[in-house]
Amino acid sequence: MSTLSIENISMRFDLPGGGHVQALKDVTLELQSGELLSVLGPSGCGKTTLLNILAGFLAPTEGRIMLDDHQVKGPDAERGMVFQQGALFEWMSVRDNVSFGPRMAGRSKAEYMDSVNHLLEVVGLKDFKDKAVYELSGGMQQRVALARCLANDPDVILMDEPLGALDALTREKMQGLVLKLWKETGKTIILITHSVEEALLLGERLLVMAPRPGRIHKEYRLPFADEGVGKDLREVKKNPEFGEKREEILSMIWDMEEEIMGRTEETA
Amino acid sequence: MTLLIIYVLVFVLSFFIVRKLLRGVMQRNDFISLKTVTFGDESAVRPDRWASVISVVTIFLLWGAFTGSNWVPIHAPGPFVGDTQFTYTLEAPDGSRDDATVHARVSRAGESVEDPEIEPGEGFAKNDAITVGAWRSELLLMDKNDEVKRSEGAKVVAIDGQPVAPGDTVSVADGQVAITSKGSLNFSPAKGMQMEPIWLPAPEAVVARVGEIASQGYQNFTLWEHLYWSLFRVIVGFFFGALVGIPLGYAMGLSDWFRGWFDPIVEFMRPVPPLALIPLVIIWAGIGETGKVILLFLAALWIMTISARAGVSGVAISKVHAAYSLGASKWQLMRYVIMPNSLPEIFTGARVAMGVCWGTVVAAELVAAEKGAGMMIMVASRFQLTDIVIMGIILIGIIGYGIDILMRKAEKWLVPWKGRI
Repeated sequence: MSTLSIENISMRFDLPGGGHVQALKDVTLELQSGELLSVLGPSGCGKTTLLNILAGFLAPTEGRIMLDDHQVKGPDAERGMVFQQGALFEWMSVRDNVSFGPRMAGRSKAEYMDSVNHLLEVVGLKDFKDKAVYELSGGMQQRVALARCLANDPDVILMDEPLGALDALTREKMQGLVLKLWKETGKTIILITHSVEEALLLGERLLVMAPRPGRIHKEYRLPFADEGVGKDLREVKKNPEFGEKREEILSMIWDMEEEIMGRTEETA
Repeated sequence: MTLLIIYVLVFVLSFFIVRKLLRGVMQRNDFISLKTVTFGDESAVRPDRWASVISVVTIFLLWGAFTGSNWVPIHAPGPFVGDTQFTYTLEAPDGSRDDATVHARVSRAGESVEDPEIEPGEGFAKNDAITVGAWRSELLLMDKNDEVKRSEGAKVVAIDGQPVAPGDTVSVADGQVAITSKGSLNFSPAKGMQMEPIWLPAPEAVVARVGEIASQGYQNFTLWEHLYWSLFRVIVGFFFGALVGIPLGYAMGLSDWFRGWFDPIVEFMRPVPPLALIPLVIIWAGIGETGKVILLFLAALWIMTISARAGVSGVAISKVHAAYSLGASKWQLMRYVIMPNSLPEIFTGARVAMGVCWGTVVAAELVAAEKGAGMMIMVASRFQLTDIVIMGIILIGIIGYGIDILMRKAEKWLVPWKGRI
């Protein structure tokens, strides 16, 4: 099926006051179809920049992104995005939000209605389809965002901290939903997060990035995502191996943060 | 001053009365009523509708009371009307004195009355009779019928027994008498506390004018035609302003070149008050409809441009990114994301623009017009037809308020998500 390859991506731009920022340096990665990758790193490590390049919102200064046999040059329906918050269209009902992609592609109502209804049922919003999105809670809004992305049937789904604004309980439920959707649809998913736990739970592969310049620091292959499908995620977290990995990654990120702090103190 | 004191008194008294009497009736049990901290919590301050009603009623009562309206039971003391008299003491050059009585008949403005009939009286000073209009004064050459005249050395030394000299003013029964520097008398009947109709007509006079002008018209056009033309100009001017301004604002929000090209023009024209353009527009387009519409077009244009531009820049970038990665084209992004997302801003702009246009049209008509609400009150003021002026001001206010309410209703209907994101 589809292979997403990130080939030697570098990103460097000038600052208005002189000087420049090396946001990314020589990032190379290959993702097979149906893989679930979570990306973790301290702030400023370029993970959001990387995602924006993958989505086609930014052009890298070096390297290229290939999806199967063609190069990514701009945003496209083949790569869906799920944002943290506020990316839903308030002037449309839940159903119109979810059917946005098919409608823009000019499909007839008969073609997309079944899949839209099915998706609304999967994310548990069947009874809310005629509601306005601003009437929904934060968790429900993110489910609409997931359904909207899936309704377009993209090859790759890019998630930019999709659960970051939710409360802990809702977040845990949504993590289960993401895993379920991943297994059921078999989509390639790249998920950016700040939470180490979330990265472990939702990462078949886990990428830890380091800042200045943004680069891949370490990569893990983890069993927890597969374990967690259809299960209580708290059970997964009780796994001693999960705890070990969490500590390992946490201290790795702490070290990076301390290094940054130390460096800024020196310059200051 | 009295008026202000009365107003403040009504304000304070009605507060206590409403609070006391209606405490039981007004008891509310919603969430806000349970807040104990209300001083400083703006959301807990809800307008007391009783206060609003009393406020409006008070203004009308005061208006009526101080204009002698038939609709209001209580009146401020009016001007003196009727017959009154005072005496003056004339001193002949030889030192002899004689009293004479002046009979004054004070009438309402516009009424014609005859001089009171009087006996000449005894002595060398003869009684006089005068008529005076309320709020007016009358010069009295009291010695014209006297046997010794001022030219012969006679002079008034006392009025109602109070000694006076030229330049003095003394109070008499129902007014004041002043002695001019030449020694004649000037009688001003008591004015009371009411306003003269020429300054402020009674409410019923204004209402009567509405009826009269609505049916017979004023300056060749009926009231409705005047108002219709003003509104028509506003709507046409605003329509074209929005028609050009909104796409221009979008273009400025979407393209570097448009932004750069029009930025200096818009930023320069925005602070120029539309009123300052009236002279130029009159030079260019005359005082007819074209000039008015051009002026209002310019008044609305910049406001709508800026609000549309703000509407575009107010679109969250994640919405734009989401739409593109869902496969939307540029045109679809425009149609389904940018346009609806900018509606709240555009409505705010439209409300402001409508307000400015309404104010501008009235001002433009004040300057020069053949018809319109502003022209009506301007011409009326030249003829001191204060009732038409007041009627016009009230109607202009009502229409302006009505426009704003309509715009708000439309906004609520079209942009239900405003303020709820």
